[in-house]
Amino acid sequence: MIHSAAAVTFVALSGAGVALFPRSILVFLVFQSSLVFVYLARIPSWLRFGLLAAALGVMMPAIGTYNGYYLEVATQVGIFVALALGLNIVVGLAGLLDLGYVAFFAVGAYSWAIFGSPHGNILFDTTIFPLPSWWFYPFLVIGLLVAAATGVVLGLPVLRLRGDYLAIVTLGFGEVIRVLANNLDKPINVTNGPKGITPIARPPLPPEVSHAVGFYFLVLLIVLVVILVNRRLEDSHIGRAWEAIREDQLAAQAMGVPLVRAKLLAFACGASFAGVMGVVFASKQVFINPESFTFLESIGVLAMVILGGMGSIPGAIIGATVVTVLNLQVLKGLSLWLNELKNAGVTVLGYNLANLPTQLEPAKYERMIFGIILVLMMIFRPQGIFPARRRQRELGK
Amino acid sequence: MDFQLLLAIFPQVLLDGIILGFMYALIALGYTMVYGVLEFINFAHSEIFIVGAFVGVELLLGLKAAGLLEAWPWPLILLGVLLAGMLASGALAVTIERVAYRPLRAAPRLIPLISAIGMSFFLQDVIRLFESLWRNAFNLVYPSMDPLNRRFELTETIDISMKSLVVIVAALLMLWALHMIVNRTKIGTAIRAVAEDQAAASLMGINVNRIISLTFLIGGAMGGAAGVLFGVQYSLINPYTGFIPGLKAFTAAVLGGIGNIPGAMLGGIVLGLLEAFAASYMSLLTGGAFGAEYKDIFAFSVLILILIFRPKGLLGEVVRERA
Repeated sequence: MIHSAAAVTFVALSGAGVALFPRSILVFLVFQSSLVFVYLARIPSWLRFGLLAAALGVMMPAIGTYNGYYLEVATQVGIFVALALGLNIVVGLAGLLDLGYVAFFAVGAYSWAIFGSPHGNILFDTTIFPLPSWWFYPFLVIGLLVAAATGVVLGLPVLRLRGDYLAIVTLGFGEVIRVLANNLDKPINVTNGPKGITPIARPPLPPEVSHAVGFYFLVLLIVLVVILVNRRLEDSHIGRAWEAIREDQLAAQAMGVPLVRAKLLAFACGASFAGVMGVVFASKQVFINPESFTFLESIGVLAMVILGGMGSIPGAIIGATVVTVLNLQVLKGLSLWLNELKNAGVTVLGYNLANLPTQLEPAKYERMIFGIILVLMMIFRPQGIFPARRRQRELGK
Repeated sequence: MDFQLLLAIFPQVLLDGIILGFMYALIALGYTMVYGVLEFINFAHSEIFIVGAFVGVELLLGLKAAGLLEAWPWPLILLGVLLAGMLASGALAVTIERVAYRPLRAAPRLIPLISAIGMSFFLQDVIRLFESLWRNAFNLVYPSMDPLNRRFELTETIDISMKSLVVIVAALLMLWALHMIVNRTKIGTAIRAVAEDQAAASLMGINVNRIISLTFLIGGAMGGAAGVLFGVQYSLINPYTGFIPGLKAFTAAVLGGIGNIPGAMLGGIVLGLLEAFAASYMSLLTGGAFGAEYKDIFAFSVLILILIFRPKGLLGEVVRERA
């Protein structure tokens, strides 16, 4: 009872806080943590779902009208939640370390970018592109299939490799995809090289819905579907086969788990989520180029999965949220704050901050964040913040 | 296709490939020694390597600012910088092992690998942070030294610069020294014993932890030397420069047979040559359709093909999966 009341007040107060102080990053962070509290609090599940639905379905879009950037952050978080859940299948459930995950995201993004922009005309020498914008919706499925097929094509030759070799090969594969995207503007112009592709068509929406809100709900919907699929997969015989492979490949094989098929399925499933989100990403950004699909992104998604806890669905969600918010809000906020202090000429301990080097931009240090997360989690809490339930039971907690 | 041109540039490409190959060989040694002892990919080795390059550039820029770069004899300067780079990188490698890998030695093998990846990313930004604070710039250029830029004409079309000669000689010396250490000294015997069987080695009175630290020290020092030589040869460095050469050096180590020291040298040279020829001839052979920008893909394809078809590499033995 106390928990219920606390949860309701927490969400309501922090929501009102965001409405009152739409520029304060801290207040928005408090609002986000209220959602985590709702998730963890001992409250009846109807109340939990009601509160989460109200917060994400009503309050968040309303906050977006005060400060559009928050809606953008929420949309980005959603995209990364789906990516983290996808990678979670490969790394967390099946135990295959994939360091080139962003390649599947890129494949999805380019599949819509080429057909949903005038660029397709150059490639196929016609004038029918861009396709009408409603094609965006079928392309969600096409992007999924293309990415899944890429996952199978990559998986087939490499799945026999041992764990650490597999990691390096997937890394190499991710780099190959990026270099290809960077250079395939000749002899045939497929990707338009480093210049990227623009303008990419956006999905048709009812006239009273803005694109920001439309994308927010689209991403929210996809994330819900992804979570649902993940939960069903986890408890299915496939999910159990994956976990058996992760724990002991030989024993799993002896129990009749078809190794190659199960691993390929893990790759394809993980890739398909990235493919769908790639299509959404391309359309949301209107412009894509290979810069968006670097190794750094792959490691970022890996850091999300590790932080939350490998194999844990709530873990992947929380991990994606924390890391994205760190990157988009905390680091950027730190940069802005430092700049303000510098411009104001504040002195700290007799040191004038205006003398700080101009190259020092906290916003650029996402690698450091990812690195610290990975090392510290591995040393002190390899099971993550929210360990998978099955793993928790194994550890006897 | 212009056959004359293909032939004319052949010796120059060969030379470039050899220089690149020695660079890869020196870096690959760090990967292969650690893998030989711990069966673990030290992903942060590319940053250990680039730290050597940064120590080198800082020293040279410092000497230049003090006006000593011209005054002192260049071989002495180069030797000092090389030693400093080796020392810094070696010390860094030992520290990383102590902090980020040793606590995880008993964990499943992917755990330390993830920790190493994190270390690699962390170090990149630490270098960037340090240089941003110290110089307000993190893209640094090695100061040019006139005697090093002298070129010797071998024939009309081929020439070799002093610095390329220095790189080749230094690399050869270092490879020879390592070979002697590993094969002719007591320490080398201990390293090989630990690589063979840790438990048995410790029963024979070998301090396994110390030998592992030593392996990181030697591998790191080789990486640091490669970093300084890389800077001397290619001039421009930034905190993220090390990543791709590191990956390629790992490819070289796998190509030669990971865990195998002569293999790493061979793999480095082979990969350097392959890459130089791919970079120069690809666009000539395909009529300009595919150019030098595909040389990275080339190296990674070699890696993937080797791992699939001959995972033990050119000289390696079969590595069994540890349960």
